[in-house]
Amino acid sequence: MTTDSFTPADIEDDVNLSTGEVFPDRSVGHPVMQLKDVAVSFAGRTAVRNVSFDVRDRQITALIGPSGSGKTTLLRALNRMHDTVRTAKVTGQVLLGDTDVYAPSTDPTLLRSRVGMVFQRPNPFPTMSIYENTVAGLRFNGVRKKSLLDEAAESSLVAAALWDSVKDRQKAHASTLSGGEQQRLCIARALAVEPEVLLMDEPTSALDPIATKRIEELIGELKNRVTIIIVTHNMQQAMRVSDQCAFLLMGEDKAGELIEFDATAKLFSEPDDARTLDYVNGRFG
Amino acid sequence: MTTLTFDASTDPILERRRQIQGIARASVSRRKTYSKIALGICWATLVIALIPLVAIIVYTVVKGIAAWNWTFFSQPTKPEGIPGGGIWNALVGTVIIGAVATIVTIPLGLLGGLYLAESDGRIAAAVRFTADLMTGVPSILMGIFGYIALVKVFGYSGLVGAFAIGMIMLPIIMRACETAIRGVPGHLNEAGLALGARRFTIARRVIVPAALPGILTGGLLAIARGVGETAPLLFTIFGTLYTQWNPTKVMNALPLVIFNDSSSPYPDQLQIAWGAALLLMVMVLVLSIGSRLLAAHLQKERR
Amino acid sequence: MATTASMPTERESRQHGRFSLSNGAYRVILTVGAAIFVALALWFLYAIVSQARPIFDQLGVGWVFGKVWNPNHNQFGLLPFILGTIETTAIALVLAVPIGLGTALALAYLVPPRVKATLGGAVELLAAVPSVVYGLFGLVALAPIWRAHVEPFLTSVFGWTHLFSGPNDGVGLLLAGTVLFIMILPTVVAISRDVLAVVPREQVEGAMALGATRWQVLRKVVLPDARTGLLGAFTLATGRALGETVAVALLIGNSDYIAHSLKSPAATIPSLIVNNFGEASGTELAALFGAGLVLLVIGVGVNAIARVLVRGKTGAAGGAASVAVA
Repeated sequence: MTTDSFTPADIEDDVNLSTGEVFPDRSVGHPVMQLKDVAVSFAGRTAVRNVSFDVRDRQITALIGPSGSGKTTLLRALNRMHDTVRTAKVTGQVLLGDTDVYAPSTDPTLLRSRVGMVFQRPNPFPTMSIYENTVAGLRFNGVRKKSLLDEAAESSLVAAALWDSVKDRQKAHASTLSGGEQQRLCIARALAVEPEVLLMDEPTSALDPIATKRIEELIGELKNRVTIIIVTHNMQQAMRVSDQCAFLLMGEDKAGELIEFDATAKLFSEPDDARTLDYVNGRFG
Repeated sequence: MTTLTFDASTDPILERRRQIQGIARASVSRRKTYSKIALGICWATLVIALIPLVAIIVYTVVKGIAAWNWTFFSQPTKPEGIPGGGIWNALVGTVIIGAVATIVTIPLGLLGGLYLAESDGRIAAAVRFTADLMTGVPSILMGIFGYIALVKVFGYSGLVGAFAIGMIMLPIIMRACETAIRGVPGHLNEAGLALGARRFTIARRVIVPAALPGILTGGLLAIARGVGETAPLLFTIFGTLYTQWNPTKVMNALPLVIFNDSSSPYPDQLQIAWGAALLLMVMVLVLSIGSRLLAAHLQKERR
Repeated sequence: MATTASMPTERESRQHGRFSLSNGAYRVILTVGAAIFVALALWFLYAIVSQARPIFDQLGVGWVFGKVWNPNHNQFGLLPFILGTIETTAIALVLAVPIGLGTALALAYLVPPRVKATLGGAVELLAAVPSVVYGLFGLVALAPIWRAHVEPFLTSVFGWTHLFSGPNDGVGLLLAGTVLFIMILPTVVAISRDVLAVVPREQVEGAMALGATRWQVLRKVVLPDARTGLLGAFTLATGRALGETVAVALLIGNSDYIAHSLKSPAATIPSLIVNNFGEASGTELAALFGAGLVLLVIGVGVNAIARVLVRGKTGAAGGAASVAVA
């Protein structure tokens, strides 16, 4: 977190398109994602606004707040999922490293290979096998070499704590897995592309408590591999899992806004804003 | 910000990320071009699909309008080669045959639909299956069935034609009614039962009114289909030059006129065929569009 | 909307003389209604079968595959007509499947929302245009174009395949097949579009979030998911094409022989019946009913398969499109 040791895992790469050179980019704690005054509106009606914070590398950032506060809308703005909604408009700046996410020169398809997403309800592709699901993202991005596919599949299935149960039945259909396993498959699928950031939209809310616990453990373990931004309406989950929290609240005009952003420990014990205090003390939900 | 050099090969994840990103970036323009081409082809097929469909409508309108005049609507058909004919008798025939078929099949279809919607046993499944099969019967077979079953006994008449058309409409209406009734929320039925009302009363006052949009849509679509059919009429109503209002006698009908006149070498007859085609098309489209509008209107009222 | 407050009690009903039925009577009436329908269906089946019986008694079953239809010499081969039915349907499908599928994809995923509803509605309405109008259009508007332009062109380009031998008549397999394609296109598009549109949004989003291009999403996620339903749509359209009578009869040129090329005149089972039923009697009549029986088996069989495939994917039998079009 705040150490000064420079291990290779702390370095981020960037590939120069024309020369193919790799040059290291950051050190520990450099923000991997920066949000500056981000707002999202649909057909003129603002859904969320005034969002500014930095997402530190290899930290888990949670977006918390009551329902309707725009957490998911904000999350989806980070990988340009609103592109397909004609009435959607995103203002402000989202930076992924040095890349302006919403610049016209930024390709959304490439962006999504750097910023992955796991959804609320597990959504493995039903016509594909477990293996095919895991490597689906790689295939979409043009990877064909079997050795690379296999290597990435194994690595991400291990990381998702699924390898042992499925390694002998990778050709089986994804629907043969339980709900919790399916979600872990989706996590493995997102990880296989080796994104820099993983967005998780309430990944455990559709799961039973035991599966939830396993995934929370998983998220903690994944910290060293990817930077995670997780939306959760479960405060205890946020406390257990995250390093930083962004608290959003819906205002009088039905638009969500960022109330407070801070280290989790501080936000939950001595927040600056009275509304944050009310929320974390369960005074409204 | 401190920059560092490092040995990338010590972290397989970073190395893999680099590889993947490299491949992704290198392939992205190819993938996007491919996508654009494929989507472009889809757009092209949309245009290709619309061309003949628009052409047919435009052509029929242009050619048919030319035929629409007072003579056309008021005069009955005349024999080939004799000018001055119209389609009045055919229009009368189509309307009467359609009306007879409708009057019989709508109530019967509603009963059948109610039966299917309220029953779940094996027998009901067999009935449903039969209805589905019957909707797939080629209409010419209904024509020869009508001939052998009724014309042989009672002779050619509009009623036999209505029978053949009704046989086509009936399974469609039954299934449409069943679907509409099954679509009514179950709690309405339960509320009625809880009040001690009889099933008939519930059906009459709650279920059928609630299902009415679907029933009407299905009914109007079935009528549109029935009115446009030619094959069932070919061997049942025989055709005539007279304007016949009595369905127990031989009649003429619009589809029959079109069918017979379309291969005629006489331009007068051909023009009448176009006029009849336009008229028939207008009737069918009015019924189809009307069913949709009616359903939408009723849905709105219920909100 | 009828509310429970307006439900009359039994005593009220009787007092005001309102008509009501006991549950038993109600049930009986419904069952009678359904029974009438079943009786009609059985009567239909019985009529066809019994009328066809004489020819099967006389000639066994082999006649169905005979090559020559010549009632004067007591020859009743159905093969030319079975082939004609299959060939026209095949031409129609070869055109309708790719064009219909592409159109359905465009309508379901590419067209902006406001236009989507109008276009979709328009396509469904076109399914209601009577087939005799298609026949008229094909005969008067298209046949001359086929004779003068389309057939010569195709012959010059594809003549080497031996599929385009013979004179350019205009009418024949090619024209009938093409008009049949136009006729089944709305069915294919309407049902395919319904099937494609119900692919769960989360599948589509999941693929997008991995970095797939729009086409990759359609090809790798949407189409595989909709596989079964699409097959059902195509089968339903096939069923309609097989039974189509009037348009085909007007456009196919009506020859009783097996066609040699795509331009030849030919005949289908429905067109055979239409052209010969009026004057047939005796064995020929029985043969026509036999042909009808064969058609019934094929048409109903295909339709049944289609319904099974479509029902699984979209719930209520694929919506209004398949109800009216059958």
